[in-house]
Amino acid sequence: MEHDLICIVCPRGCHLHVDENLKVTGNFCPRGEAYGKQEVTNPTRVVTSTVKINGSDLAMCPVKTFSPIPKGKIFDVMASINKVEIDAPVHIGDVIIHDVCGTGVDIVATRDMERI
Amino acid sequence: MKNVDLVIIGGGSAGLAASVGAFDSGIKDILIIERNPFLGGILNQCIHNGFGLSEFKEELTGPEFASRFEKQVEDRKIPYVLNTTVTSITKDKVVTYTNEKEGVVEVQAKAIIMAAGCYERNAGAIGIPGDRPAGVITAGQAQLFLNEYGYMVGKKVFILGSGDIGLIMARRLTLEGAKVLGVAELCAWSNGLNRNMVQCLYDYDIPLYLSHTVTRVIGKGRVEAIEISQVDERMNPIHGTEKRFDVDTLVLSIGLVPNNNLLTDLGVEVGRSRGAAVNQNYETSIEGIFSCGNVLHVHDLVDYVVDEAREAGRSAARYLLEGKKETSKNIPVNPGEGIGYVVPSKLDVLSLKEKTAFKFRVRKPSKNVFIDYIVDGVTVKSTFKPVIIPSEMEVFNLPKNLLENAQQSIVISMRAKE
Repeated sequence: MEHDLICIVCPRGCHLHVDENLKVTGNFCPRGEAYGKQEVTNPTRVVTSTVKINGSDLAMCPVKTFSPIPKGKIFDVMASINKVEIDAPVHIGDVIIHDVCGTGVDIVATRDMERI
Repeated sequence: MKNVDLVIIGGGSAGLAASVGAFDSGIKDILIIERNPFLGGILNQCIHNGFGLSEFKEELTGPEFASRFEKQVEDRKIPYVLNTTVTSITKDKVVTYTNEKEGVVEVQAKAIIMAAGCYERNAGAIGIPGDRPAGVITAGQAQLFLNEYGYMVGKKVFILGSGDIGLIMARRLTLEGAKVLGVAELCAWSNGLNRNMVQCLYDYDIPLYLSHTVTRVIGKGRVEAIEISQVDERMNPIHGTEKRFDVDTLVLSIGLVPNNNLLTDLGVEVGRSRGAAVNQNYETSIEGIFSCGNVLHVHDLVDYVVDEAREAGRSAARYLLEGKKETSKNIPVNPGEGIGYVVPSKLDVLSLKEKTAFKFRVRKPSKNVFIDYIVDGVTVKSTFKPVIIPSEMEVFNLPKNLLENAQQSIVISMRAKE
């Protein structure tokens, strides 16, 4: 099956064409080729969200999946993220959930939040 | 009165990068003035990723990008004040600010960099007909409530405007359990980046209604429904095309405007971007007052903001170290056919560097066009563009030898390929 995609690796937004042999055309850079292949075989996304934080000056601490997870798991990952509550202080890169939903990917904090 | 060499108004991405640019060029006596209780500005609520690809060669979230620049500022021990609002500046560069600790303070600066960002157009700016219930909110405000305070703004949402923040919020609200029924866009094309169309709308099957606008808000107390209509090529609603959506919230992503009031109050000349008119050194029509970032023109990528702001910081440092220039010769830079605005809007041909960056946006999406760079009526350079769209700012560098003899004007213009 052939696919026409818009590359989302960078803001340039190249229009990719992926043929049945997974040959990618229309990409400006090699990352576009990798994205094109990935997107038609196993699409993945980085999920960013927030978790409730206690003892900081704001109510929420931003988090992300450390690397992309399968697109089909996005809502499962969101459900796990929304169950968590953490305490300040927290720093960028701190693991909030280890191996979320069996993806092998950690949820990590993306903001330094001190205890006040 | 306190004396400071360089006052920077705004501690977001532009202000922080400007301070680093100035510091590294030899100016140590700096004060950054920030209104929020933290540095980093709007990046802190932009929890999505995609920042930093050109600046740091990696993909960061907004708060991560902000922290990198906060660290650069902390490492240099550049002074800043938080929770502080600038109320006025004068032509003699007296900056008045106020905060809870110090009360009202006047600072005599030798140079000022304006880096106050932009604000969102709201419901009043477009005069949506109908009721005036609660539940009509700008996208950035919804983003702040959700990402920093943890409040959902609604359960069934419609979004007007396909700008990037609107698209980002369509996804964000969906992930948090809201139903986003659609996005309406007045233009016949999307105003967001391609990648946001894919990741935020297509991924979640959220419909986009191009050439549509909201023609009625319905609700007593709280939004109960909205009505959208198709618009004709003159953007007037077409009678009989109304569609009703039962929603509790209308999110507006209808454009950003440079927050340039402190400078317009001063009588600074304003450019086509609605920010100050600046030359290639980011200097406004008042000597020693500079402007950069979203208060100058609204950017689509923070990577471009920090690049521009660092350069503005270096220019301010040059101004402070080299003193008043005896001569300068500002030639107007004008947007021609098909071009919305150009930054800089004037060129000081006596202080040209080897290369000058011109930043501009086209008025509408176009294919197979030439961009012409015209000096005193003569086309000195043309570039071919297979695709060009308004939501992506173009940057093009012209070498000194093509610009230094300009006498009357520089025009950037779009032309269809024959």
